[in-house]
Amino acid sequence: MSDDELIWRIAGGSGDGIASTSQNFAKALMRSGLHVFTHRHYPSRIRGGHTYVEVRASADPVKSRGDGYNFLLALGDSFARNPQEEAYYGNEEVKPLSENLDELREGGVIVYDSGLLDPSEIPDFDERVEENDWHVYDIDLRSLARDQGREVMRNTAGVGVTCAITGIPLDAIEELMRDAMPEKILEPNVEIMETASDLVREEYDVDAPDVSVPTGEHDEEQVLMSGSDAIAYGAIDEGCRFIAGYPMTPWTEVFTIMSQNLPELGGISEQVEDEIAAAALAIGASHMGVKAMSGSSGGGFALMGEPLGLAEMTETPLVLIEAMRAGPSTGMPTKPEQADLEHVLYTSQGDSQRVVLAPGTVAEAYEASRRAFQLAYEYQIPTMIVYDQKLSGELTNVPASHFDREPNPDIGATLTEEELADQPHTADGKFHRFQHEGENGVSPRSVPGQKAGRYLATGNEHNPAGHISEDPDNRVAQMDRRQRKLDAIREDLDGDGLLVEHGPEEAEYGVLTFGSQQGTVEEAVDRLNEDGHSVKALTVAELAPYPADAVRAFLDSVDEALVVEMNASAQFRGLTQKELGTHGEMLSSLLKYNGNPFEPAEIVEGFTTKIVDDGELPGNETKFVPAAGD
Amino acid sequence: MSAFSAIGEEREIDRNEYTPEIEPQPTWCPGCGDFGVLKALKGALPEVGRTPEETLLVTGIGCSGKLNSYLDSYGFHTIHGRSLPVARAAKLANPDVEVVAAGGDGDGYGIGGNHFMHTARENHDMTYIVFNNEIFGLTKGQTSPTSPKGHKSKTQPHGSAKTPIRPLSLSLTSGASFVARTAAVNPNQAQRILKEAMEHDGFAHIDFLTQCPTWNKDAKQYVPYTDINESDDYDFDPTNRADAQELMRETEDKLYEGEVLTGVYYREDDRPSYQEEKQQIGEMPDEPLAERYFDGDYEWERSYDRFIDKHK
Ligand SMILES: Cc1ncc(C[n+]2csc(CCOP(=O)(O)OP(=O)(O)O)c2C)c(N)n1
Ligand code: SF4
Repeated sequence: MSDDELIWRIAGGSGDGIASTSQNFAKALMRSGLHVFTHRHYPSRIRGGHTYVEVRASADPVKSRGDGYNFLLALGDSFARNPQEEAYYGNEEVKPLSENLDELREGGVIVYDSGLLDPSEIPDFDERVEENDWHVYDIDLRSLARDQGREVMRNTAGVGVTCAITGIPLDAIEELMRDAMPEKILEPNVEIMETASDLVREEYDVDAPDVSVPTGEHDEEQVLMSGSDAIAYGAIDEGCRFIAGYPMTPWTEVFTIMSQNLPELGGISEQVEDEIAAAALAIGASHMGVKAMSGSSGGGFALMGEPLGLAEMTETPLVLIEAMRAGPSTGMPTKPEQADLEHVLYTSQGDSQRVVLAPGTVAEAYEASRRAFQLAYEYQIPTMIVYDQKLSGELTNVPASHFDREPNPDIGATLTEEELADQPHTADGKFHRFQHEGENGVSPRSVPGQKAGRYLATGNEHNPAGHISEDPDNRVAQMDRRQRKLDAIREDLDGDGLLVEHGPEEAEYGVLTFGSQQGTVEEAVDRLNEDGHSVKALTVAELAPYPADAVRAFLDSVDEALVVEMNASAQFRGLTQKELGTHGEMLSSLLKYNGNPFEPAEIVEGFTTKIVDDGELPGNETKFVPAAGD
Repeated sequence: MSAFSAIGEEREIDRNEYTPEIEPQPTWCPGCGDFGVLKALKGALPEVGRTPEETLLVTGIGCSGKLNSYLDSYGFHTIHGRSLPVARAAKLANPDVEVVAAGGDGDGYGIGGNHFMHTARENHDMTYIVFNNEIFGLTKGQTSPTSPKGHKSKTQPHGSAKTPIRPLSLSLTSGASFVARTAAVNPNQAQRILKEAMEHDGFAHIDFLTQCPTWNKDAKQYVPYTDINESDDYDFDPTNRADAQELMRETEDKLYEGEVLTGVYYREDDRPSYQEEKQQIGEMPDEPLAERYFDGDYEWERSYDRFIDKHK
């Protein structure tokens, strides 16, 4: 096993505490000075069913899950021991061991719970162990946990074993357990962890470790955060104090974080009857001058199409989150995909205008969230953040200072009563809410309860005073004004770090991507350059208004480009071609839509096989679509 | 000066203040019952002491949805069926504002039926007027959820096979704390009921019978109404749920034949509104949330101070 990284995979059944254990483990590694990145894989089931989390740790920044892994902790699926015979669960019980072997690297370590798992049920286990030079530790974690506490503490026993093998000090984990656990269960957990660790030290020769954990040091304090955490905190820092939603994976993560914290922050959270209502509530609160948000995932977002248009026509600031998962329809609820892009860009009737931001990393997710609120309120326009199940749940270390920012409760161009009284925006003694002036298209508003500001907000076309109007000249003036906002926003966003270039300045080939694939693409590009290719990457985090000039400049600087995205219909490439109107003949696509995000090696392979060698891709995990012309 | 000085202003209010200075050309047909709702509302608002600027009228889509074009308060003309969720949030964001929602029977009981049920159950403090003309007006006379069984229209040429919705019973079972029915042809009663509804602390639903002379010539709107709160024939207590239920059943069974009963059917005065419940459990600030955005001295909390430690 290589020294420069540990990729620890903890596998078991859903509900076996995989998530919390891995989170603690990742945090301990981060505290010890390493860069970490987690990847979770779970089925759409509440209890049981094969699930795993990978924690990748390295002295250098890590941006993706990496390729394969080198340490398996197979706990067994405790919920697979179904009383009703094997009928439904089948061979679920051995899955934590059997399902995970394919990606385990040569020389890797296997720790399995011999209390629950029997490798003799896996036909070629021994041969594979030998072939791959795997180091196997069979330990009865189940009895160990049961004898000293409760059976569910098998995960803690597993961590104890891991620490003994890798040399990670137990204190780091213990400290975290102390923060998270009540005294009563803390004690047995600590004991179990220590016993497990001692047992390994006694029975195995851990002085000649099979794996060693890299050492590192952070030059500033780090925090472990997910994309959803970052979006929620960005919203809070922008003064968002109202959220309305309806649960749907993975949007539920942002909704939950906000709901758990808004009341203490003096805000309001509403779980309502459906997503149409959710978006409509956010509009209602925002109309009153409160910073509000809503959101959903694919199907729920589909229901928000009409309120989205209402927000645009009434120029009510609105922030919506779209956390993508694999579709169509309810698709694969717990699997990531980037196939709602067109849905988010084009849903709603008419020439509708919106801003769409697509953060690529946890740090960017915070930024995008803040930016989304700023733009929505400054320009009175619906603004969306589109991200996916991968970025939503994966944890990464980010410098704590990144979040050390001032709050911004500014609600944008809203007049005070003094300003309303001064009548700068009135005509005929009446407030003209939708006046045509304003170079950036923004017409200042009032909010109900203010003196001298009353007006009608309507989703029908209306004149400056807010009255419904079908006058042709007014229609054109209003449309033009609303369209003007996008030009102003484009200018505002220019140079805002929403395009991330990676790799050498001069390169022969380009890789273009968006959203959660950013880190994986960048890692692949680094490897390609190490292998002697000449490649650079561009991640676009601003999808509407599309930064056409910047993307064009990038593409003009390379001979050919590969567009990497997680969907079957090359939506991002389609958008790029539509916006640029050219360059189609140089854009090929590498697509993946099997429910798992790209691994860097797949991009390296796709690139070298198709772009460099013009050969055939081996498997059906990824798909190549050649350039199409304009 | 408060950010919302229009709120709570004590003064004599003239009903003409609610009439737009440049009145838009009415799009309602001559003789439409919607005029009656407008008139009653213009009468009731000054009676409850609510100025145009502290009133938000949220409407849906339909002939009925045009109401706020002719009432010069703050207004939000939303989309078909969605007035209630918009209105609910507006009220939560600033409970000091008088929020009235309105829409048609298609809007409120059809496409927006789910919102109706949930708004009633949550008992939001607002008034909800459903213009019940037993027809889709704006889309030219299709059968609506309140049209009688057998009703023929261009989209139901063989006559509707559906039993009409029972708005009053539905409202009561869903949890509305004030349920009433009135009619455009009865402006005095309508104004009285609207006033009571606005003064009620909780969700007040008014099924407002409005004639549509254009598309629904045979509807019951033309028969004389009996006011259950005034008539000696009905010795009944509107705070008694069982009584209300009984009477609702009676009138809803025979709405399409014979006598139409109107008045306040049910009133639950001691139940806290949703806002109050939410405040009690600590899920809503005591001061209007909207005020905070205009208060330069308010200290906004940062995620960094509050959450960063748990991520370290
Ligand atoms: C989502 C949606 N579906 C359909 C329509 C078309 N539409 C406009 S008004 C209306 C019905 C109006 O009937 P009702 O709510 O009873 O109000 P009325 O016009 O009778 O006052 C319909 C179906 C729409 N605007 N939006
Ligand atoms: S169609 Fe009916 S409801 Fe609509 S305005 Fe005319 S009379 Fe009124």
